[in-house]
Amino acid sequence: MNDFFFARSQMGMSLAFHIIFAVIGMAMPLLMVIAEGCYLWTKNPIYLELSKRWAAGTTILFAVGAVSGTVLSFELGLLWPKFMEYAGGIIGMPFSLEGFAFFTEAIFLGIYLYGWNRVSPVVHWLAGIVVAVSGVLSAVFVVFANAWMNTPVGFDVVNGQPTNIQPITAMLSPASLHETIHMVLAAYAATAFLVAGIHAFFLLRNPRSVFHRASCSVALVVACISIPLQMVSGDSAAREVARLQPAKLAAMEAHYQTGTGVPLVIGGIPDDATGKVNYALEIPYGLSMLVGYNPETKVVGLGDYPRDQWPNVPLVHLSFDVMVGAGSAMLAVAAWIAWLWWRTRRLPDNKWLLRTLVCCAPLGFIALETGWFVTELGRQPWIIYGFMRTSAAVTPMPGLAVPFTAFTTVYLLLAVIVIFLLRRQFVETRPHLLTPKPSPWAAGPKTERTNQGV
Amino acid sequence: MLETLVAVVILTSLILYALAGGADYGGGMWDLLASGGRSQRQRHAIVEAIAPVWEANHVWLVLVIVLLFTAFPRGFSTIMVALHIPITAMLLGIVLRGSAFVFRKYDSTQDAVQRRWSTMFGVASFFTPFFQGLTLGALASGAIRVAGDHVITGFFAGWLTPFALTCGLFALALFAFLAATYMTIDTQGEPDLQNDFRLRAIWAEIALVPLAIIVFITSKFDAPSMYQGLTNWWAPVLLGWTAVSVIAATLALWSRRFYFARIAAIAQVTFILLGWGLAQYPHLVSPDVTLQNAAAPESTLKLLLLALGAGAVFLLPSLLYLFQFFKGQEQR
Repeated sequence: MNDFFFARSQMGMSLAFHIIFAVIGMAMPLLMVIAEGCYLWTKNPIYLELSKRWAAGTTILFAVGAVSGTVLSFELGLLWPKFMEYAGGIIGMPFSLEGFAFFTEAIFLGIYLYGWNRVSPVVHWLAGIVVAVSGVLSAVFVVFANAWMNTPVGFDVVNGQPTNIQPITAMLSPASLHETIHMVLAAYAATAFLVAGIHAFFLLRNPRSVFHRASCSVALVVACISIPLQMVSGDSAAREVARLQPAKLAAMEAHYQTGTGVPLVIGGIPDDATGKVNYALEIPYGLSMLVGYNPETKVVGLGDYPRDQWPNVPLVHLSFDVMVGAGSAMLAVAAWIAWLWWRTRRLPDNKWLLRTLVCCAPLGFIALETGWFVTELGRQPWIIYGFMRTSAAVTPMPGLAVPFTAFTTVYLLLAVIVIFLLRRQFVETRPHLLTPKPSPWAAGPKTERTNQGV
Repeated sequence: MLETLVAVVILTSLILYALAGGADYGGGMWDLLASGGRSQRQRHAIVEAIAPVWEANHVWLVLVIVLLFTAFPRGFSTIMVALHIPITAMLLGIVLRGSAFVFRKYDSTQDAVQRRWSTMFGVASFFTPFFQGLTLGALASGAIRVAGDHVITGFFAGWLTPFALTCGLFALALFAFLAATYMTIDTQGEPDLQNDFRLRAIWAEIALVPLAIIVFITSKFDAPSMYQGLTNWWAPVLLGWTAVSVIAATLALWSRRFYFARIAAIAQVTFILLGWGLAQYPHLVSPDVTLQNAAAPESTLKLLLLALGAGAVFLLPSLLYLFQFFKGQEQR
C-alpha cells in the first residue's frame, strides 16, 4: 500500500462518487422537462407538482455533483501532475468547453429552480431544456477527454515531449463517439430505472397515488427507450474496443490466447498464471461471432502483450460481466413493460412488475459503476494508452493515505446525508396530490420552500 | 503574446470569482457570526441572497483551473505539487461548504438541525477562502523553486510564512466586507437588517487596513519580488485608486448610499487583485515558472482564445440575465 496505490484509490473513489451525482444531475433535468412539458400540454397539475418535487430533490444532488466535480478538476493535478503537464495542452480543450457547458447549466439551473413564479411557464420550461442540454454537453466533453486517454491522437512525440499538437483532432479521438453515446445513454437508463423503482416502491404502498403513478410512468418511458439503445451502443462499443484497444477487450473477455473460433467466456475466475478461466460458462465461437460476425474471426489475446502491460484481468472481466448482466436484466424488464403496455395500454399496474422495478432500481447504477471500472481499469497500466504509464504520472507528494482517508470519510458522510434528505423529500405524499387543485402557478411566491416541510 | 492574453482572461476570471464566489464565502462568515435578536433574519436574508447564484459563481473557480491547466500545463503541475497541502485543505472546505448549504435548506426546520448545518457552512466559509488567499500569497513568495521539471523545495515552501498567512486573513476580511456590502442591497426594505450589514461592512473595511499594511511589510521579507513589484512605477497609481475606492466605499456605507458603496467595493477588490496580478507578472510561480516557459503550444492557445470568445458571447448575456433576474433593483 504505497502512495501510488493511495493516489489511484483517491482518484477512483472520487470518480466513482462524482459519477453518480453527475449522472443524476444530467438525466433528472430531462425527466423534469418531460414532466413539465406534460403539464404545459395537459394542464394536469400532478405533472407540475412532479417536476417541482423532482427539481427540489435534484438541487441537493446538483450541489454535491458540482463540488465533487470541482475536487476532480484539482485532483487531476494534485495526484497526476506529470500527466497534466504532458496532456494539459492537448486535452484542455474539451475541459474548457466543459467549463462553459457547466457554466450554462449552473446559470439556467438557478433560473429553473428559483424562477417558478418569476418567469412565464414556457420560459421556465425552456430554461429547463437548456439545463438538460448543457448537462449532456458537459458529460460529452468530459468523456471526450477520457476517450483521448484511451485512444490518444492529435500530437507527435519528439524527445519524449508532445509536439505538433492538434487539439481538435485530439478531442475527437477514435474512442470519442462510442464512449460519449454509451455514457449519455447510461445516464438516462440508470437514472430512469432508479426513479421508476423509487416511485414503484411508493406505489406499492399506496396504489391509488396519482402522483407516484405519473412519476413512475414518465421515468419508465425514458427507461424503456434508453435501455435498448444502450445495449446496441454497448455492442458496437465493444467492437470498437476490440479494434482500438485489443488488450482491453481481451481483459474484458478474459481471453488469453490469440486465435480463431474464440468462445465467449461468461463469469468465472481468470487465472493469469495459467491463462485459463476457472468455473466459467463458455459459449463456443461466441466472442468471434460478437467481434466479427463470423465464427472464424481472429481475436487477439492477452498473450500477445508483455505481462507488464496487462490490466487487472479478473477485476476487468468481472466488472464487464456484471455490467452486461445488469444491462440485460434491465432490457428484459423493459421488454416486459412494453409487452404489458401493448396489451393493456396503461402503465404500470401489475404488482409483480412494481416489485421487480423496486428490485431493479439500483441495477442501472451498478452497471454504470462497473462499466466505468471496465473503461478505467481496462486502460491500466496506462494513463495515456501506449504513451504514459499511470505510475509515471503520479505526484511525488508523500503521505497520500491522509487525503485519501479524508475525502473517503467526507464522501461517505455526504452519501449517507443525501440519502437521508432525499428520503425526507419523497417519503410522504401530501393528501392534496391525490386530488388535483385548481391553479398551481398561482401557488404563492414560496412554492418550492413549502415542498421541504412535508 | 497569446499566453499573456490567456493570462489576462485567467486573472479576469479570478477577479470575477472573488467578486461573486468570494462574496458567497463572506455570506457564510456572516452567517456564522450572526448575532443579536435579528440573527435568524440575518441568516435567512443571506440564504435568500446566495441560493440562486452560488453554483454559477462557483464555476469561475473551475474556469480558472481549467484555463490554467489548458494554457499553462507546466505551471499547473508545479502549483499542484508544491501547494498540494493547502489546496487539498481548500477543496475539503469547498465540499463541506457547498454541501452544508444545500443540506440546511432541505433538512428539518428544527433549530438544532439548522444550527448544525449553519455552523458547518459558516466554518467552511472561513476555512476555504483563507487557504485561497494563502495559495495566492505562496505563488508570489518566490520560495517555490523548480529545477528541470521538478519542484525542489518540498511541500511546505512558501505557504507557511507570515506573508502567506496574512494573505489568507486578508482574503477573509475582503470577502466579509464584500458580502456585507452586497447584503445592504439584498436587505432593502428591511432597514434594521440593512443597518446590521452596513455596520458589518464598515467594520470589515476597517479590519482590512491593518491587514493590508501587514501584507505589505511581510512581503518585504517573505515575497521580495512581490514587494519590488509593489514599488514599481504603476504601483502608486494602483494603490492610489485602491485607496480612493476604500474611502469611497466607507463614506458611501456611512451615508447609506448603498448602490454606490457596492460599486466602490467592486472597484476595491478589482484593484487589489489587479495589483497582485501585475506584481506577479510575468510569473506564474515566481521566480522559476513564467507565463512564457509554462505555456502550452500556440495551436492550443489560439483555439482556446477562440473558444473563450465564442463562449463569452453566449455566457455573459446569460449570466447578466441571471443576476438581473435575482439581483435586479426592482425585485423587492
